[in-house]
Amino acid sequence: MLRIHCPFCGERDHSEFIYGGDATVAYPDLSAPMEAWIDAVYVRSNPKGPHRERWQHSDGCRLWLIVERDTLTHAITRVEPARTAIAALLREPGR
Amino acid sequence: MTGYRLKSGGAIDRGNPLTFSFDGRSMQGLTGDTLASALLASGEPLVARSFKYHRPRGIMSAGLEEASALVTIGRGAKATPNTLATTEELVNGLDAHSQHRWPTLRFDLGAINQAFARLFSAGFYYKTFIGPGKSPKSWLFYEHFIRRAAGLGTASRAPDPDRYESCEASCDLLVVGSGPAGLEAARIAADAGLDVILAERDFRLGGALLQEAGGIGSDSPQSWIEQRERQLGQAANVRILRRTTAFGLYDNCVTGFVERLAPDAKVRERLWIVRAKRVLVAAGAMERPLVFAGNDRPGVMLASAMRAYANRWAVAAGQRIVIATGNDSAYAAACDLARAGIPTLLLDARAEISRRLAQDCKAAGVELRLARVPLRAVGRTEIHAVEIGATDGSHAETILCDALGMSGGWSPTQHLLSQRGVKPVWNDALAAFLPGEAREPIRCAGASAGIWRAEDCARSGRAAGAEAARALGRSAPVEDFPAPGRWETPIRAWSFGGIKGKAFVDLQNDVTFEDVRQACAEGYDAPELLKRYTTLGMATDQGRTSAVNALAVIADARGRPLAEIGTTTFRPPFAPVSIGALAGAERDRHLLPTRRSPMHGALVEQGARMLETGLWLRPWFYPQGGETVDDAYLREMRLVREAVGICDVSTLGKIAVQGPDAGELLDRVYVNAFKSLPVGKARYGVMLRDDGIVMDDGTSWRVAEHEYFMTTTTAGAGKVMTWLEELLETRWPELRATVSSVTDQWAGASVAGPQARALLQSVLSDVDLSNEAFPFMGVREGRFQGMPCRIARISFSGELAYEVYVPADHGEILWRALLEGARVRGGGAYGLEALGALRVEKGHVGGPELDGRATLDDLGLGRMASAKRPFIGSVLRLRSDLQRRDRPQFVGLVPVARGETFKGGSILCEAGDESGHGLGWVTSVTESPSLGHWVGLGFVRGGLDAWRDRELVASDPIRGRSTRVRVVAPHFLDPEGARLHA
Repeated sequence: MLRIHCPFCGERDHSEFIYGGDATVAYPDLSAPMEAWIDAVYVRSNPKGPHRERWQHSDGCRLWLIVERDTLTHAITRVEPARTAIAALLREPGR
Repeated sequence: MTGYRLKSGGAIDRGNPLTFSFDGRSMQGLTGDTLASALLASGEPLVARSFKYHRPRGIMSAGLEEASALVTIGRGAKATPNTLATTEELVNGLDAHSQHRWPTLRFDLGAINQAFARLFSAGFYYKTFIGPGKSPKSWLFYEHFIRRAAGLGTASRAPDPDRYESCEASCDLLVVGSGPAGLEAARIAADAGLDVILAERDFRLGGALLQEAGGIGSDSPQSWIEQRERQLGQAANVRILRRTTAFGLYDNCVTGFVERLAPDAKVRERLWIVRAKRVLVAAGAMERPLVFAGNDRPGVMLASAMRAYANRWAVAAGQRIVIATGNDSAYAAACDLARAGIPTLLLDARAEISRRLAQDCKAAGVELRLARVPLRAVGRTEIHAVEIGATDGSHAETILCDALGMSGGWSPTQHLLSQRGVKPVWNDALAAFLPGEAREPIRCAGASAGIWRAEDCARSGRAAGAEAARALGRSAPVEDFPAPGRWETPIRAWSFGGIKGKAFVDLQNDVTFEDVRQACAEGYDAPELLKRYTTLGMATDQGRTSAVNALAVIADARGRPLAEIGTTTFRPPFAPVSIGALAGAERDRHLLPTRRSPMHGALVEQGARMLETGLWLRPWFYPQGGETVDDAYLREMRLVREAVGICDVSTLGKIAVQGPDAGELLDRVYVNAFKSLPVGKARYGVMLRDDGIVMDDGTSWRVAEHEYFMTTTTAGAGKVMTWLEELLETRWPELRATVSSVTDQWAGASVAGPQARALLQSVLSDVDLSNEAFPFMGVREGRFQGMPCRIARISFSGELAYEVYVPADHGEILWRALLEGARVRGGGAYGLEALGALRVEKGHVGGPELDGRATLDDLGLGRMASAKRPFIGSVLRLRSDLQRRDRPQFVGLVPVARGETFKGGSILCEAGDESGHGLGWVTSVTESPSLGHWVGLGFVRGGLDAWRDRELVASDPIRGRSTRVRVVAPHFLDPEGARLHA
């Protein structure tokens, strides 16, 4: 029953979004060693408190978003486009 | 117990009698009654049988805490089991039945279970069926009988004929409960301008005040409630929901309600999802039973319930009443009953009480006995006496009575807070859990916060309403929250001294004092363990009246203070929710879209039998005359192999990949190279997931320097699109490429067979289709009747074949033109069944093989993988376990005896050993008209290297069939591809 504030579409029910995993994971180079890929695909921390997640507004603008959510309270403190260039543009529309 | 209707009083309409039936007997009640109050007024002591021992049970409460009087309402498809008689509003024609008894309620053979009570004590199942030397088979054998012997009502297996709906709402303040606290909170908040929703479980507003004789200040309860109800009803910013139970409180103050609509409404129940800025829980409190022998007998009920029946429904619970208490609240109950003219004796476990209470008793005519507790209720299907004594069990004497009230203290209703993880705090002085601190804007008021007196409850409601208003930026008068409790004499909640015989802690689950003691002795002495070991607190009741008493028994057994024992966490739903309400209008297809191919009209016109695959309707086969699907698909296969067939492939996923880095993107997501693909060429590609398992396959066509036309499987279209978007936006933002779904923009047909070129050439005049000008895997753009079209020479069937796409609006025109040309050449249309069979003959992998477990090597496609350049999954696909040679690998299968058939889903085993999981499985089979026998695809451990030309058994234990099959290469037809390149 989360409400996610999509930077483009406004506040929407989470049923319009799909969850896309842990946004703190940095996927390695395609040719990185196997250990790096195993870490990226299988190893997850399970933090209590603020956490960064990937969500896609799949039934809306289809943008991939980085959602900062508290795993304990479910409070969503920040939502930004995953594409940093778009995020920067939203922060400073004049650029 | 011989209850009866009092001559005056009550919030009932004596001028409007209602007829209802119980177990087929016609009875009378009054408008305003519940089923329970009407049964009680009719002098009906026995209404149910208990869960495990089939003990006779009556009515023990006047509300949602009822643990005994569970009945079935209605019959056939409309039957609703396990309905509480105490909350069921009486209507004309209500058809109620007792449940879980045979042959009748009064004479129930299941009651023989009582004789074996020692066997059914705590941990019975665990001790009897689980453990060393106990065969799991014994449970499987006995389960059937045990399930019949113990249980509640039975749900109908027929589809529910009633209608349900759901709706969403939002508000500033949600008030749960309309007692003095809820009404006042709503009033103050509404006055301050808040948008308020007030939800009340009952069909009347007023909460516990409805049960009282004395009012608030100078107002009678009736006039106090009516005044506020009128005021709230006139306010535009207040919505009042009656018959509405809040069953769950979720994140962000989202609350779920079920509203039971008035009996004559078209819709039976309505599910509400309410988003509130703040929530006020004013859900009252529930009285606790006392624990003594026979406390479950018909005629034993909560003291507050007796008071409610007398004051609200003008029903006397009996002709001679005894009430047992250890707190002040039962004095008002006893006095109200005595004033209504019912001889009432009050037992108080405490040796001393305040002078005012003693005076009240005297004035009302209540006989008071101090330092006395009930030891045993006497009677079976109804009580006729009670044995009382001192708290240690001494000084026993017998007192005649036909109804026995009990008050073991009160438990504030905090289930909704508990659902939010708010831990309640035990208060020894009040013998009650008080609400803990909530992180969210959720607050308790009234008896839910342990506030007992009506005027204090009203004050706490005003304080909470004003607090909500101020928190949301409105102005409202400041009022203090009153302190909880405020009884005159301290409570004495429990005395477990003289218990002899069956004293129930949980009436609904038949868990006795002795069971809890035994569980503690065996080490199950924590609340959550006890629940699992004894079933205490389970089923529809969820421990409403038993949870705190059980904690007290544990505390007593362990010799520790109750506060150290812990609490039970309540989870949603607070009260049972019908599946119908949750489903709402979303039954059958409801708003599920049906996706139709742009060629749909032409296909149906031609007589196609359509098949639902996912959301899509696709042509399954095209019956001629009386053909079955098996006749039709074999004929359609022959058309393709011998002349030409056309097939609608518009449902394939289509993605336009555009930009200077489009080729680089495809190089990274496919295992094989696409950047090097020349314009005007197509290539078959396979995509892996990060973990190296195959995700999807399809062809991508390079239609321009910076543009590819990607096709995916029909089922994989959405997944692939989301995947590409994720990669571009989260991992590779530097790539100058975009992806757009164009699935719905293009209509496509496959044209396959020796005559494919001739047919296609007849409808496309501006494209040279000759083998030299348009080789295998070539891509061309042309015009079809003036419209742009795209053609690729690709084949799924192994024949000379093309896929041709036109703008969606022209799909039907293309189809008709192709069909006409095909028929002229002795060909025709083929459907999904033939399409699948053709690809099995050719040994192409499809949906059943791409099952999310297979690797590229398992599918025999390892050679496709680029060795020079990395791609998604290229590292993890080389994990040692995925490289094992004994993994199940893709093979072809043919029956040893050529006339035999076998089925997809069969298990592949070695002959003579058809147990266990076998060595592999069959994924796809078809009859092959070209070869004259059945062929199949599947996976077997070690694949062709281990099994080529060896025999296995395709075992089908479900249908009891086994077929000997030979393992062969998965290319049954034209392995050299001569037809393809013709």
